Amino acid sequence: MNIAVCIKQVPDSDKVTIDRETNRLNRTGVPSVINPFDENAIELGLQLKDKYGGKVTVITMGPPQAEQALRDCIAVGADDAYLITDRKFAGADTWATSYTLSLAVQKAGNFDVVLFGKQAIDGDTAQVGPGVAYFMDIPVITYVKEAEKTDKGFKVKRVTEEGYQVWEVDGQAAFTVVKEANTMRLPSLKGKMRAKSATITTWGADDIGVEEEKIGLKGSPTIVRKVFSPPIKTNRETIQNEDPKQSVKELLGKLKERKLI
Amino acid sequence: MEYFLTDEQKMIVELSRKITDELIIPERARLDQEEIFPTEILKKIAEADLYGLYIPEAYGGFGGGVMDFILAVEEFSRGCIGVSVSFAANALGIYPVLAFGTEEQKQKYLPAIAAGTKQAAFGLTEANAGSDAGGVQTTAELKGDYYILNGTKQWITNGGEADTYTVIAMTDKAKGARGASAFIVEKGTEGFTFGKKEDKLGIRASATRELVFQDCKVPKANLLGKEGMGFIVAMKNLDHSRPGIAAQGVGLAQGAMEAAIKYSRERVQFGKPISAFQANQHKIANMATEIEAARCLLYATARTIDAGIKDFSMESAMCKLYATDVANKVANEALQIFGGYGYMREYPVEKMFRDAKILQIYEGTNEIQRNVIALDAIKKSAKQDK
Amino acid sequence: MSNKEIWVFAEQREGVLSNATLELLSEGQILAKKSGYTLCAMLLSSDDTNLLQGLYNYGAKKVYSAVDKKLAFYQNDYYSKVISDLINENKPEIVLYGATSVGRSLAPTIAVMVYAGLTADCTELDFDTEQMLLLQTRPAFGGNIMATILCPNHRPQMSTVRPNVFKKTKLSENEKGEKVAVKVDLSKVKERMRLIEETIEEMDAVDLCEAEFIVSGGRGIGGPENFPKIQALAKELGAAVGASRATVDAGWIAHFHQVGQTGKTVCPKVYIACGISGAIQHLAGMQSSDFIVAINKDPQAPIFDVADIGVVGDLHEIVPELTSQIKALKK
Repeated sequence: MNIAVCIKQVPDSDKVTIDRETNRLNRTGVPSVINPFDENAIELGLQLKDKYGGKVTVITMGPPQAEQALRDCIAVGADDAYLITDRKFAGADTWATSYTLSLAVQKAGNFDVVLFGKQAIDGDTAQVGPGVAYFMDIPVITYVKEAEKTDKGFKVKRVTEEGYQVWEVDGQAAFTVVKEANTMRLPSLKGKMRAKSATITTWGADDIGVEEEKIGLKGSPTIVRKVFSPPIKTNRETIQNEDPKQSVKELLGKLKERKLI
Repeated sequence: MEYFLTDEQKMIVELSRKITDELIIPERARLDQEEIFPTEILKKIAEADLYGLYIPEAYGGFGGGVMDFILAVEEFSRGCIGVSVSFAANALGIYPVLAFGTEEQKQKYLPAIAAGTKQAAFGLTEANAGSDAGGVQTTAELKGDYYILNGTKQWITNGGEADTYTVIAMTDKAKGARGASAFIVEKGTEGFTFGKKEDKLGIRASATRELVFQDCKVPKANLLGKEGMGFIVAMKNLDHSRPGIAAQGVGLAQGAMEAAIKYSRERVQFGKPISAFQANQHKIANMATEIEAARCLLYATARTIDAGIKDFSMESAMCKLYATDVANKVANEALQIFGGYGYMREYPVEKMFRDAKILQIYEGTNEIQRNVIALDAIKKSAKQDK
Repeated sequence: MSNKEIWVFAEQREGVLSNATLELLSEGQILAKKSGYTLCAMLLSSDDTNLLQGLYNYGAKKVYSAVDKKLAFYQNDYYSKVISDLINENKPEIVLYGATSVGRSLAPTIAVMVYAGLTADCTELDFDTEQMLLLQTRPAFGGNIMATILCPNHRPQMSTVRPNVFKKTKLSENEKGEKVAVKVDLSKVKERMRLIEETIEEMDAVDLCEAEFIVSGGRGIGGPENFPKIQALAKELGAAVGASRATVDAGWIAHFHQVGQTGKTVCPKVYIACGISGAIQHLAGMQSSDFIVAINKDPQAPIFDVADIGVVGDLHEIVPELTSQIKALKK
């Protein structure tokens, strides 16, 4: 089985802080990691490989340093890695990213399945998986927990709000994978050594043949107008009343104000 | 401190640290309280290729040495030495095969240990043969193609869990220590059974059992080296494995110190975090300094062994002695920083305090280590006088 | 020239409109008023008879209704084909979807099909009447910052919106509206995927580590007989039940509920600590929660140091009151 996994390198969310003056992320000194949800996609890919044989190829679009995330994938057992990087891609939103990535995936090989994490923890958009699938003209199933091969394609279990669904897909397919699916295996020493010396194929805009007006900032329909602190204040508010009814009322008011309930 | 680790060694540390943080630390309290052997964690360690660190590539290992091995042991010990001893006991069990085995024996036993699909253990200690290893009473009598083993080994780490055992037994009692021989005994051999699991003060995740031999038939081909070499096998094995115990000490001490420093920054008394009090700061300073000293001695010893230096009994004893004494001191001081909370099971230092004690006892008590060191030092002095 | 319309994707399951749909229509009423656009719904179903009136009642002036057996439930290829055709034909200004498992899967496909901007998981929508643009505000980085996103040059402007953010506002029981019957032709769409089984699970015990809400009880609850009070509140919130070490050690509740250094580390959206004093060991397991509410009698309790809102009072009065007020709120 020829398996592709699209991943994203993100700042380690546990270690990111926000500069409250500028509302920018303090990224200096914050380590970058594989997007945690993508780990589940990688593990599902490796499990499919364990079961049916074949190859796992990881692909990421990002700055040159995203190479490390690809090496981390090789350390846990991925076979091949592609880094899609070009200054022209900068400022891409999910539309432009989906477009760019879809061309890269198609150039990298003819895959039976293309896997994605459920979403990325920095953007939380969950859009790139379905986007790439559309550009590749293959069916997509989101929120997949389990996948197995069938004669025609795949049978997958999809998690919904109320329970789960079982879908059959014909031919090539794309899945976005949920956290409940698995836990990514640990790297091995041999894997780490291989990761260190592995060749990462790097492609820029010209290599994958993009239409320039569809990539980067230019190709992105959305723009960020402003970034600001959420209304949540870190200073504690205290509610103290004789009447518990009143306290609860105030509490609910404050929770509603913050859209927490 | 710059430890001059190679890229591969850095990878070993990184990998072991990940295993410790993600698998050992979250589980250690449960493993300790319920005395659960860490089968699952050992499996993960094996999958990470860390079982074969010191085993040559020809037998499926990584081809490293003592240094590579102790880096892993140190990291695991930061989490739990009950787990790390279960891992390290494999080296103690299989090193005799590596050092003294025939090509056939190596082919047969090393790959499974390197892959982590089988566990190993070493059987020397008996009820009346502890520090006085010459007092072994288990016998091995050659009858045809088999040695018939009779006797009982006591307090054997990985006993019952391991598949491959190196056992020291007397082939010629009259010769004393020179009448001892070493055998490879497989679990499941007729006449080979186990006593009950010991209920211990610490390292409760590890399995400690008696090995019971009753007319146990061991094939002649399983003799290690020659008859009469048993005592040398045992001593060489212990010399070689003591840095592993030192690594346990350094790791445990590191874990205890880290927990204590973190707690001292969080715990507020008299309106200040207790890390602001000099009494605690001096404790921290002593802990940090002594741990670093122990680590430096350990790494220097491991590198000495890997460099092929023949006689390293003294260095090996020194690093074991020093690191395990430091571990006990640090565990004690760390617990003191935690105060009453430290005495409670909910914080890990209580367990570290209990665990630390065994380090001064097993693989040669620290009194024995001092004997080794002193004799060696005196011998060297005498040599210079000549 | 685009049509001056705001569309809401009407999500139905087995002939019932989702709450998210009704919330979006309610918010759509406000946006329609500000922009002067017409609020519309697009409905995909196998039978719209019992669905149209509900959409009118929440403010849809027009419902684009596509009826076909193949549209009975969400199937990405069919749904995206029908909706993208509809958008290309009618060119609405704005299209809103609920950020449900359906909306969050469908909207990204539509966005790439029609080259539209899509902002995921919005918690706030507004309209800039000068530039005539939809202002889409969403949390990023686990709620640490908020970002307002615009889509200046592409149409439609599309958002998925978190459920339970907007209030439902029903205009009346018999609002008038116009149904636009949509011609559906799916004969050319290859059937590439089939739903073969669906299971609805009874979710009684919410997993602590995955939970968005956690209600935790500490020694202050007094005894095991009082845990049902905590559980009742949790149930009302769809929350998981947590516990302090003290209660677990006392045998009031099972260990898998324990939050803290020796229990589980959790980071829900909202953590409600009831009668928990706040030992370091407990704080270690929960202080990274997005929002912390502490209910405790003792105003000096350390738990208040990490709380965003501290309620000083008797939890035996406050917790049941909170439960009943939330219950009332949901109605």
